Amino acid sequence: MESLYLLIPLSVLLVFLIGLIFWWSVRSGQFDDLEGPGWRVLQDDDKPADTAAETKKNN
Amino acid sequence: MENQATYNYHVVRQFAIMTVIWGIVGMLVGVICAAQMYWPELNVGPYLHFGRLRPLHTNAVIFAFGGCALFATSYYVVQRTCNARLFCDKLAAFTFWGWQLVIVLAAITLPLGITSGKEYAELEWPIDILITVVWVSYAIVFFGTLAKRKVQHIYVANWFFAAFILAVALLHLVNSMAIPVTLTKSYSVYAGAVDAMVQWWYGHNAVGFFLTAAFLGMMYYFVPKQAGRPVYSYRLSVVHFWALIFTYMWAGPHHLHYTALPDWTQSLGMVFSLILLAPSWGGMINGIMTLSGAWHKLRSDPILKFLITALSFYGMSTFEGPMMSIKTVNALSHYTDWTVGHVHSGALGWVAMISIGSIYYLIPRLFNRDEMHSTKLIEAHFWLSTVGVVLYISSMWIAGVTQGLMWRAVNEDGTLMYAFIDAVKASYPYYFIRFLGGAIFLSGMVLMLYNVLRTAFAGKAVDAPIPAVAAHAH
Repeated sequence: MESLYLLIPLSVLLVFLIGLIFWWSVRSGQFDDLEGPGWRVLQDDDKPADTAAETKKNN
Repeated sequence: MENQATYNYHVVRQFAIMTVIWGIVGMLVGVICAAQMYWPELNVGPYLHFGRLRPLHTNAVIFAFGGCALFATSYYVVQRTCNARLFCDKLAAFTFWGWQLVIVLAAITLPLGITSGKEYAELEWPIDILITVVWVSYAIVFFGTLAKRKVQHIYVANWFFAAFILAVALLHLVNSMAIPVTLTKSYSVYAGAVDAMVQWWYGHNAVGFFLTAAFLGMMYYFVPKQAGRPVYSYRLSVVHFWALIFTYMWAGPHHLHYTALPDWTQSLGMVFSLILLAPSWGGMINGIMTLSGAWHKLRSDPILKFLITALSFYGMSTFEGPMMSIKTVNALSHYTDWTVGHVHSGALGWVAMISIGSIYYLIPRLFNRDEMHSTKLIEAHFWLSTVGVVLYISSMWIAGVTQGLMWRAVNEDGTLMYAFIDAVKASYPYYFIRFLGGAIFLSGMVLMLYNVLRTAFAGKAVDAPIPAVAAHAH
């Protein structure tokens, strides 16, 4: 039973902390664009340099 | 400086290679444990007894194999999505060597019987302190890289990795609180039911944040990249993240149904476990639907097969988990091999397969190759893994339900119908099938090591240059 006096305040505190981070992220515009970031990851070409050049030639 | 213009692939390479090696070691110990269940005479000496090898197996697969996979992928993803080199190369190198030292110390102390006796947190206090130091360094490297990002938006995968790093730090600190007596022995500051509750608050959230949230971060990067399609719904991925972390912390009591824990706490744990089904399946559907418009790639691309099969197992085990947390179901399943089957459907099906797929994606890029040495071997690995998991979990389902039913069967006069040994005898054949499934899965990992080494030796270890941020990125 005593464990709850530790774990419940800890979890509640954590929820508030998470809430705070959530509030910050919304306010700072992290979630203003919910389409672009998905595409941006694909545009980052992480193929090795020389092989990427080869694929370009082939196209 | 030349250093500034490239990504730090060095530490990613180190962790990626060690993922494969520790995977083989951890799974080999697992197969030995499975063999010991079928051939008890294999329990030799005090050092190689099941009771000592079992924590070695769990630590090796979770923290060595899974941990290295997470270090490798999180370091890669945070750099590529932030357009920034890792913060502080030296500290990043320290996380690698420190983590390897933790693993080696675990491999020495656990067979010697040096243990704190806390499941998934068996390591004694000096190693716990080392873990804390490495983990804080990891947090500094990761968040330092996020802080110097060149892109304003933080990609969703990084949110998952960030939550994982912070939550694991908190869990580790609270659960490992102990009073040292000697260098190799300490006693938990908690006692009795309190200790049990703290232990499973840790244990369940370790599953939640180490084995779920972090690997979801992996999924949200590597599935879209390998499929060449953006996440099905980026909006849903953000909702998935927040819903998951707001609810996960509360589900732990379901490991302590029908124990000395207050009844209402058990019920609370059950309710939160059931709620968890929603974000879990939201994420699973989001991942699989990423393939819409690219389903044909599943036919020819074994890496994608790994990733998508992993998601299917994720969906399956996140359905099975909440179901098993229902008290009436738990009355049957608790303490049986069903639980072992459930864990492995998550561990082999989800965690291992998503890691394997991601490492196959990474290796050619880290060694400047167009692709892996052999795609056929990846395909073979995929089928070995799938057959291995299916044999493992189906045999454990049957064994577990059999045990549960036999233990609770009573005669008309209220006496037990079966002695415990009857249930053991009934499970015996399934222990062989489990051993077989594990051995098949392990053989796939050996193929992977060969394939990875061939690719690495044929290639050259180069650090990719950091591309300029695209104008429309902000």
